[in-house]
Amino acid sequence: MTEQTEKNIISAPDDEAIIDITGMHKWYGEFHVLRDINLKVRKKERIVICGPSGSGKSTLIRCMNRLEEHQRGQIVVDGIELTNNIKNIERVRAEVGMVFQHFNLFPHLTIVENLALGPIWVRKVPKKEAEETAMYYLEKVHIAEQAQKYPGQLSGGQQQRVAIARSLCMAPKVMLFDEPTSALDPEMIKEVLDVMIELAREGMTMLVVTHEMGFAKSVAHRVLFMDFGQIVEENTPEEFFNNPQHERTKLFLSQILF
Amino acid sequence: MVENTTHSEPSGDDIRPPKASIGVIGWLRANLFDGWLNSVLTLVTLFVLWKTIPPFFRWAFVDSLWFTDGAVCRDAPGACWSAVTTNLRFIIFGFFPYELQWRPLLAMLILFFLLFYSRDRTHWNKYLAYGWVIGLFLMGLFMKGGLFGLTPVDSTQWGGLPLTLLLSVFGLTAAYPLGVILALGRQSSMPAVKYLCIIYIELIRGVPLISLLFMGSIIFPLFLPEGITINSILRAQVAIILFTAAYIAEVVRGGLQGMSQGQYEAADSLGLNYVLTMRLVILPQALKIVIPPTVSILISAFKDTSLVVIIALFDLLKTSQTVLSNPEWMGFSREVYLFVAILYFLGCFSMSNYSRRLERELDRGY
Ligand SMILES: Nc1ncnc2c1ncn2[C@@H]1O[C@H](COP(=O)(O)OP(=O)(O)O)[C@@H](O)[C@H]1O
Ligand SMILES: [Mg+2]
Repeated sequence: MTEQTEKNIISAPDDEAIIDITGMHKWYGEFHVLRDINLKVRKKERIVICGPSGSGKSTLIRCMNRLEEHQRGQIVVDGIELTNNIKNIERVRAEVGMVFQHFNLFPHLTIVENLALGPIWVRKVPKKEAEETAMYYLEKVHIAEQAQKYPGQLSGGQQQRVAIARSLCMAPKVMLFDEPTSALDPEMIKEVLDVMIELAREGMTMLVVTHEMGFAKSVAHRVLFMDFGQIVEENTPEEFFNNPQHERTKLFLSQILF
Repeated sequence: MVENTTHSEPSGDDIRPPKASIGVIGWLRANLFDGWLNSVLTLVTLFVLWKTIPPFFRWAFVDSLWFTDGAVCRDAPGACWSAVTTNLRFIIFGFFPYELQWRPLLAMLILFFLLFYSRDRTHWNKYLAYGWVIGLFLMGLFMKGGLFGLTPVDSTQWGGLPLTLLLSVFGLTAAYPLGVILALGRQSSMPAVKYLCIIYIELIRGVPLISLLFMGSIIFPLFLPEGITINSILRAQVAIILFTAAYIAEVVRGGLQGMSQGQYEAADSLGLNYVLTMRLVILPQALKIVIPPTVSILISAFKDTSLVVIIALFDLLKTSQTVLSNPEWMGFSREVYLFVAILYFLGCFSMSNYSRRLERELDRGY
């Protein structure tokens, strides 16, 4: 399947915004890490964020579920503005899935317990039902046979797929991925990307920080390029890769696309 | 398989290890006589054992007397276990009325049974919790009496092993959760909570248990209104709990610091609140990491309950000393203290044994 045909199968985004960020700034102490961020993520939209290390990509997506606090501007997720209101934060977090570079599975729980934890305690789903859902999503990430193992017994690629399934069990409205494949050995990257592509095909709203340009080309509606805490450039993948506008984007692309 | 001749299987003979590396001789050579330093240490150890074990064995078992009176013992070359056997009931039960001593015995048996049954984590369910509630009620009833026609026994008459067990089992089970809460409080983002916990922990750790016991028994009652007294066992119990909790808190804090930020973030991003994050994700891991140091603290707290002698409680150690102050048994301290040491050892050993078992059971390979 070529990139173009693959893309055609995948749905177009709705008009309605699920995440709306306006005039957002963030500082770490004196350090101005995010500057005037304006970003509207529509339902079913898939956005890839790239940029040099330290440019603020992780910080940006971590602000979207309040793992980091912003100091100026507004972030509205699914109609709820992120403020210090802890109840609102917990509500937003339940609707926003997050996949980390280092998986962050709970090592003391079995795979199926990892998946059922959120639904049981946050969504108050009965244990049995939660475990059935967990098994459903484990099938989906092709790892059901590992359900009773502990995370420490799985390979990196398997752990990352479990982490994706753990987020999916909460039936999130958006999924955030922070460099999901950059801690993996090369031969495991594909199995994780394949799972993400399947997700895309089903119309999941996704924000993915990644340098996997093949993935960006085949599933993203938009690519954002960040540098020094700003969104420097945003465009469709075709335009972004074939016809970058900014000098910094060109430099960055020349460095990663050898 | 025919063309596979270049990689011929090794024949059976040449894959056998050399004779000297297997069997008893191989084991001895590999473990006890591996190099000259190891060999010298082995020989020295053997010599020391040969010089100490047989004489001890002779003293304790061959030449020993078991059921005589004190006068006969004095001329015997071996151990006088009569000092223990004759006074066993006093050492164990202290001044508890002699004809009622079946009651603390029964209370202890209930306790041992519950502890033993609770060892297995698969038994941890709500029926076990009911079992403990009923067990505690029965233990209290047997010790105190006053209900169902049981003669009341004042707590000033409690002593010996039941008192030691009471102070340590309740002391430790109450100190542990309190310590965990203090450790969490110390990490709190609310300054008032945080500094209260720090002050508490540092103050308690800055004074010896003895001084806490003294304060509890002598200074604290001065502040109470006229006519109100608080049972001295309870005061000692509270002092032990407060003291042990501060140490547990510091150990647990170490475990919490060992947790990676990623675990908090993963729990947060699922929408778990603080209490659930701690209870389901952080504490199970952090407490597991610190099982060994926690058990060290619990073991020393168990032994430290013997300090209550200074506020005139008759725990196991004090009842033994009392026996030794009786002219008939004066001078048999080796035997009596050895007996008490064995009892303490059994308690400590079961704790550390159980902790190793827990660690093994909870091992998830991370
Ligand atoms: N907790 C923090 N405190 C202070 N500075 C931070 C913190 N986290 C990240 N930074 C800094 O913020 C910048 C952006 O970090 P990050 O968002 O992780 O970048 P990226 O994900 O694009 O590599 C970096 O310069 C980093 O050093
Ligand atoms: Mg990053």
